[in-house]
Amino acid sequence: MGGLQKKKFESGSATNYITRNRARKKLQLSLPDFRRLCILKGIYPHEPRHKKKVNKGSTAPRTFYLLKDIRFLLHEPVVAKFREYKIFVRKLKKAYGKTEWSAVERLRENKPTYKLDHIIKERYPTFIDALRDIDDALCMCFLFSTFARTGKCHVQTIQLCRRLTVEWMNYVIVSRSLRKVFLSIKGIYYQAEVMGQLITWLVPYQFSHDHPVDVDYRVMATFTELYTTLLGFVNFRLYSSLNLVYPPKLDSNAESELKEENEDDYAMNSESYLEKLSALSASLARVVSSAEEEEAQLDQFPVEGEDMEKMEAREKELKQQEAHKKIFEGLKFYLNREVPRESLAFIIRCFGGEVSWDKSVSIGSTYDVTDETITHHIVDRPSIDKQYINRDYIQPQWVFDCVNAKMLLPVEDYFLGVTLPPHLSPFVEEKDGDYMPPEKLKIMALQRGEKPGNEEEEEEEEEEEEEEEEEEQEEEEDDNGDEEEVAEEKNLKKMEEQRSQGKSLQVKVTPGKLKVENKTRLEQEEKAEEKRLAIMMMKKKEKYLYDKIMFGKKRKIREANKLAAKRKAHDDAEKAKKKKARK
Amino acid sequence: MEEQRNVRSEKRGEMKKAVKKTAKKRSKEEEEEQIQIFNFNKTPAEEEEDDDLSDSEDSVYSGLEDSGSDSEDKEDKEEDGADDDDDDDDDEEEEEGPSQQTEKTTKAGGVSEGEKKEDEYERDSSDEEDIRNTVGNIPMEWYKDFPHIGYDLDGKKIYKPIRNKDELDEFLDKMENPDYWRTVHDKQTGSDIVLSEDQVELVNRLQRGQFGDVNFNEYQPTVEFFSSDVMIHPVTNRPADKRSFIPSLTEKEKVSRMVHAIKMGWIKPRRVEDDSRGRYYDLWASEDSSILARHRMHLPAPKIPLPGHHESYNPPPEYLFTDEEKAVWEQQDPTDRKLAFVPRKYSSLRQVPAFPRFIHERFERCLDLYLCPRQRKMRVNVDPEDLIPKLPKPKDLQPFPTTQSLVYRGHSGLVRSISVSTSGQWLASGSDDGSVRFWEVCSSRCMKTVQVGGAVKSVAWNPNPSVCLLAVALDSVVLILSPSLGDKQVTVLSERLLSGQQEEAPAEGMGPVVWSEAEEEELNQGIRLKIQHPKAVHQVAWHAKGDYLASVMPDNTSHLQVCIHQLSRRRSQNPFSRNKGLVQCVSFHPIRPYFFVATQRSVRIYNLVKQEMTKKLQANSKWISSMAVHPGGDHVICGSYDCKLSWFDLDLSTKPYKILRHHKKAVRGVAYHRVYPLFASASDDGSVIVCHGTVYNDLLQNPLIVPVKVLRGHEMTHDLGVLDVTFHPSQPWVFSSGADATIRLFT
Repeated sequence: MGGLQKKKFESGSATNYITRNRARKKLQLSLPDFRRLCILKGIYPHEPRHKKKVNKGSTAPRTFYLLKDIRFLLHEPVVAKFREYKIFVRKLKKAYGKTEWSAVERLRENKPTYKLDHIIKERYPTFIDALRDIDDALCMCFLFSTFARTGKCHVQTIQLCRRLTVEWMNYVIVSRSLRKVFLSIKGIYYQAEVMGQLITWLVPYQFSHDHPVDVDYRVMATFTELYTTLLGFVNFRLYSSLNLVYPPKLDSNAESELKEENEDDYAMNSESYLEKLSALSASLARVVSSAEEEEAQLDQFPVEGEDMEKMEAREKELKQQEAHKKIFEGLKFYLNREVPRESLAFIIRCFGGEVSWDKSVSIGSTYDVTDETITHHIVDRPSIDKQYINRDYIQPQWVFDCVNAKMLLPVEDYFLGVTLPPHLSPFVEEKDGDYMPPEKLKIMALQRGEKPGNEEEEEEEEEEEEEEEEEEQEEEEDDNGDEEEVAEEKNLKKMEEQRSQGKSLQVKVTPGKLKVENKTRLEQEEKAEEKRLAIMMMKKKEKYLYDKIMFGKKRKIREANKLAAKRKAHDDAEKAKKKKARK
Repeated sequence: MEEQRNVRSEKRGEMKKAVKKTAKKRSKEEEEEQIQIFNFNKTPAEEEEDDDLSDSEDSVYSGLEDSGSDSEDKEDKEEDGADDDDDDDDDEEEEEGPSQQTEKTTKAGGVSEGEKKEDEYERDSSDEEDIRNTVGNIPMEWYKDFPHIGYDLDGKKIYKPIRNKDELDEFLDKMENPDYWRTVHDKQTGSDIVLSEDQVELVNRLQRGQFGDVNFNEYQPTVEFFSSDVMIHPVTNRPADKRSFIPSLTEKEKVSRMVHAIKMGWIKPRRVEDDSRGRYYDLWASEDSSILARHRMHLPAPKIPLPGHHESYNPPPEYLFTDEEKAVWEQQDPTDRKLAFVPRKYSSLRQVPAFPRFIHERFERCLDLYLCPRQRKMRVNVDPEDLIPKLPKPKDLQPFPTTQSLVYRGHSGLVRSISVSTSGQWLASGSDDGSVRFWEVCSSRCMKTVQVGGAVKSVAWNPNPSVCLLAVALDSVVLILSPSLGDKQVTVLSERLLSGQQEEAPAEGMGPVVWSEAEEEELNQGIRLKIQHPKAVHQVAWHAKGDYLASVMPDNTSHLQVCIHQLSRRRSQNPFSRNKGLVQCVSFHPIRPYFFVATQRSVRIYNLVKQEMTKKLQANSKWISSMAVHPGGDHVICGSYDCKLSWFDLDLSTKPYKILRHHKKAVRGVAYHRVYPLFASASDDGSVIVCHGTVYNDLLQNPLIVPVKVLRGHEMTHDLGVLDVTFHPSQPWVFSSGADATIRLFT
């Protein structure tokens, strides 16, 4: 009947995919090399839609790559370098075995190296692409820069990571692009807006790491190799966009200042330069020395109607942003020695504040504790002996909360020894229906410009009442308690009266009135029933989807309710405690 | 110096050996060149007494010996050692001479001189230290129990010296013998040797750590040969080699090979240190979009989700875990957990510790980046309200029953079956308590109770409006009741119908089915006829004309499952000769001569005139429980025990046109309204669902099915809810009978 019988698995999806092992054989690479190549080139496996078809009828679990991807890897120059390196290792081993030290030396001199520039360019054709993907690079570099030099990875890598992260932080300071910060139990999250891209990175707290054994550091090192290259190029581009010198140099006058102070304390100039940079306290040198920043003025276009509104909104937003960038301008901070210096210095400098610390903590301090112009002294201990009268002694959380609230919060809640208000995540954006912690409402009220004194929300009111009560209570304890009781009793009486009135009314109520209520209810019921009946008639598929959506919605509501209930229980318990304490 | 040290060590090892060695050497020398060597040895010994041992002397020796014997160093040493030995024993040698020496050895050995002299040549091996020892270097305990040690060349035993000393003798010897302290026991020969004065002196010297030689000066000045000073004379007089003058061929070859390799480019000059590796430049200086198109399938990795309030070091109190939540969290599998960590609260920043899983999390992210398949997930962004189908409002589809208006109480068991008379005035119900009750529909009054003596499975009112008869199925009997309710004319008519049959009745009957008249008492109750079946009857169904009656005896093993009885002729017949599955229920077509038989999974439609099957409907359900035929005759609904209600459009397909899964539990009964476009289904979940089902005359338009009301009222008893449902013939009312022994009317 014409034509040959079509064979199975010779066309279609079976030919579009390739298993990992076959890919490895095709590339003639060992598994670790293949893995490295995949990491560097950003090749990831694919999940075929019909696994059995691709797997030639077998259902064994296999990893599949797109054949196109693997073909694309075939022409990678790095693959040749991998092979060279393999040969190099073999030769070196041989030379060692024969104890031919001259050969070892010669081989070592000719150790094959490779560059990843072209891979970066290929993976990120435009600069914005690179910026979009820099989150992971930053996280990884910040992590590696905190490693001890104990052989988990090369010392050069650690140094490079440190250098690059310091460069990045300096850029963020100069460009004032930091937006949000968050103290989490994992570390400190920062979010910056660079060239319109929101970039978030996580920095671990400054502790030595307890290196886990079930982590493959080779994989991490390969990633770091890629990320350092990426971050280096990104930094270069960013610095050049701001007319800064790359690699960063300190401003000449700042440098001289620093030199004068710390000439003796640090032996080697080369070593201390990075330290000085990482102190984040001095401004950087520019290619063009005009230091004035040109403020980007929005050009006015003749617009009308909706566009006008939009323009206005945008302008307003821009203004807000500008204000946000300058919230610490004119403030002088002093960091006590127990607070995390680097992160606080970074944040304060990002928002225009001046910052200094004890000379013995780190290089680069600019003024002393005794400076009279210091406005805020950041302390993280219950009390401090010597206090200056003209500055606020606050806990470090104040800085973070101010940045997130985009305004200077009242310092009273953050004094030494005071129980801190909860630190909220700035990354959560509540939609309506989600649970919102009362602290967030308070901050939002503050942002709107309402004073906490304004009775707006019940909880605030309550709290205020409580505070007032407390004040009163300090004056006259017994009376207050009585008063309270009296007030409560009064309330109760009123309630009772109302109730009794209601009852008497109910007796008199004509059936007509009841009907009115019933009508609305009936209507509602009717509608509900209608809906129920309509739901019964849904198709199976749609019903499934509908049920899923409704389930999700219900779960959300349930969770929000649960949180609210928990909060209420907690507050009640607190109140009860306070009352007890009063008595 | 070395020579002496050598010797010393030898001596220190076995002092006694030294003595013997000398003896041995001596004897050897005697053997070889007796006088000559003696003389030779003599001269240096004498010289030594004057000068110290010097290298010149050594060289003299070496020179001498070189000429004399082979010039192996080792032998030199041995020889020198021998010489030194000679020196040690100078006294003896000089005084007593070689003969004395031999004498001494013989004394020690305890073997006769003559014998020894004979053996001398045969025992000429340098290894042997003691000529007397023939057994070799073996543990001497092996000969402990024998009187001899080893054998001589002749194979005779060499006897140990007789030792008959006991402890006492030993002691006496110790006390009396002045030489006891210098007596040594030679284990290898088993003899006692008394050391001489010199030997004792030697031992003493060695013990003191001194050289064995008394005359040796250990502090003689050293002469440095290989010093930094250039001497005028060479240390050795060896002439230079020839090869030091001629250019090396191999070197030349090597060089030429290297030159060749350089020429060919095999050897590269040392690489210039490439410092461009760590150097950054503007990589994106020229952004061309040509590369952009390369990887269309590439998906950028999703970013890590941003942290919520949970992760704060000082979260609001509601985000912290309670004890139960924490317990639950700990019990959960790490992959099931909603949060990967336990929220913690620290009162100040300085108390926050390092996060123990930080590196883990980063590593997991790395793994995700290069090991996870990426997929674009299309999120369904639909408003759930849009999914709900737009149906006509139930209000517009009125009338239909909405509220429960009457409850008929009286039965004491579950009411299995109900039926409404054609006029709509009477309701009959059959219950498990063994009674059939007749109710007046409007007043809910029980007009009549008939005790039939068995659980009633099914009741069916004769659809013929001119007669008033009721068929009741219980056990294996079908009873025909004439309740004599209502119009007298009707009662008379029905009586007549029954009595008319009477005459022909016995003439034609079917084998297993027996028709019989009722007895006296039963007649009073209204029972007119009894149709005895061979098996239990489950259902009865009337033909629309009211003359034929079908009864169902579900039994998988026989062909007789359905019987059709003709009332007017009192005749029964089995329409099917073949068993096609367990019959659940049957029904007559309301207009045409069709017969519906529902088996477990399908509904068969038979043409009674042509005697053949016309259609088989696949119900797509596990077990059909009930069936109802639309009064138009083109639609069938089937309820099944797997909670489904299937609507068949006979013109459309043999598959259900629509399957309704409204009920949560098994559907027990279904019913069509005779006039209104309504149908109802009753289920074990205690509800009756009334649906609107308009059937259009236009064949192209599909029936419109809309559920209009869920009626509840029956209570659940023994996991059973509503057992039967039926409509009023003219009003939009629905009756339902339940397991709670009640019948309810919804209007």
